[in-house]
Amino acid sequence: METAPSLTKGVLAVGIFSSIFMQRALLVGLGGGIACSMVGVLVVGLRLSLIGVSISHAALAGGVIALFAGFNPLGGALIFSLAAAAIIGPLTDRGELNTDTSLGVVFTMMIGLAFLFMGLMNDATRNQAQGLLWGSILTAGDLDLVAVLMTGVLVVVAVAVFFKEVQAIIFNREIALAVGLPAYWIFYGILFLTGITVTATLQPIGGLLIFSLIVIPAATAYQLTYNLKTLFLSAAAFGVSSCWLGLILAHLLALPCAATIITVAGLIFLVVAAFSPKRRVKSIDEAVENGFYSISE
Amino acid sequence: MSEMISLVDVVVSYREDVALWGVSLDIEKGELIGIAGPNGSGKTTLLTVINGLGRLVRGEARLLGFVMKSGARGRDFRLSPRIAKMRKMIGYVPQGGAVDPRVPVNVREAVMIGRYGLLGIGRHPRKEDWEKVDCMLEMVGVAHLAERPFGHLSGGEQERVAIARALVQEPRILLLDEPTTSLDWRSRTDILALIKEIHRRQKLTTLMVTHDPGDTFNICDRVVLLKEGLIAAVGAPEKVLTNANLQSVYGDSSFSHKGGFSGGYF
Repeated sequence: METAPSLTKGVLAVGIFSSIFMQRALLVGLGGGIACSMVGVLVVGLRLSLIGVSISHAALAGGVIALFAGFNPLGGALIFSLAAAAIIGPLTDRGELNTDTSLGVVFTMMIGLAFLFMGLMNDATRNQAQGLLWGSILTAGDLDLVAVLMTGVLVVVAVAVFFKEVQAIIFNREIALAVGLPAYWIFYGILFLTGITVTATLQPIGGLLIFSLIVIPAATAYQLTYNLKTLFLSAAAFGVSSCWLGLILAHLLALPCAATIITVAGLIFLVVAAFSPKRRVKSIDEAVENGFYSISE
Repeated sequence: MSEMISLVDVVVSYREDVALWGVSLDIEKGELIGIAGPNGSGKTTLLTVINGLGRLVRGEARLLGFVMKSGARGRDFRLSPRIAKMRKMIGYVPQGGAVDPRVPVNVREAVMIGRYGLLGIGRHPRKEDWEKVDCMLEMVGVAHLAERPFGHLSGGEQERVAIARALVQEPRILLLDEPTTSLDWRSRTDILALIKEIHRRQKLTTLMVTHDPGDTFNICDRVVLLKEGLIAAVGAPEKVLTNANLQSVYGDSSFSHKGGFSGGYF
């Protein structure tokens, strides 16, 4: 009698990985997890959260408008997110507008646009558009899969080639410029990379949730280390494991995939933050080591 | 041209406010120049014109064989690859506190950033680059902090690291923006002595902005005293930092030192 539940569990687990949908979803999780979380290290390190949110909502609006016009949503998302990156970067640099305010305007306007065009659609297209909002990782098509995997490779290569430039800009952009690096070009390049990553993961993860997958694994990694290389590697590990764990849980408990992935990522963040070595005060550690612990026991 | 740096009628503005109003200045090779003046008088702006970080509205700056001209509508040089090449030869120590305390960079890496421009895109630091960095850390007295996160250092320690970063660049011009502000008395004397020593040893053309004219007194060859974006006086410290000049620049009641700064700080 006791073997029955574990047997069904085993069959279920095998079932997960044998389904073609699941295999694709896991591959998307690999590419998307790596791309999003490594771009996230850049976004968090450069404190671009608001810019990232604006770019990801621009991608959503672009995708919805492309669907409305009868094109592939990927193309519309790419055009809109790159245009947003090209406009937002110089706009915030010139400092003519308060960054918070101008990006607040851009990002809410993009949501407005997305909903406006969804309202104008017929029911069949609207169903498709809702996929862009909430994500549909299990129905990722060939193009989506190739786009996500290629983006993953692009992000890894870009970070490896420009590692020292990235490090200098995260340290301080004006200093990076002052030592003779093309700091502004690299910075705009990072915004474009964010746009491309957001576009590639729009369909599987969904426009409203992409930015969580960008920020949360990176924020988790920032709890652990002051070393940039370790930061990129551990963020990628958190990103991919959130995707995979989320997919498996969603499958077992019949939950929506993207939302489960983000929830798992959030839980990992909370656990890591609670045990973060950065929060520890050294003198308290010493007190613990010197017998405080044994008293409480 | 014997002068190292030549500014001709330079006008710089930030939006509606003009920061420099037509400043002309020639600096010889190997000079140590102090730049003094009250808040908002254009000291930092004068430094940033030299490394092309400031936006020229009018006039031109010539240095190290490069020319930056404002053109008819004013010009920014942040995106220019030509001026990026020039900046590799200029060490810049900005005002402290510009770096996020949580930044994921340790002290050794923070100094190595000074060599990144020289290395070029796609090339990683070699063994001899790291040796130069370690040697510089030793020289400015922070070798024992090499593996610490940069953000964990005190203001004085960060200032030393910033100077090491500028020097490891092996620059031909050194720009220092208020290297002693917000430091305690002891660190301040140490940093000034360090700057003086570096200048003596390398004869590096150096410009130092300072909030306290007293800092410049015994170490600078010449002092530029700024008031509201214009040069109020320029010349040897004892000629420029007179009570009369300081009163006209800072206002009547701000300085009550008897005999100006001739008492000396060292």
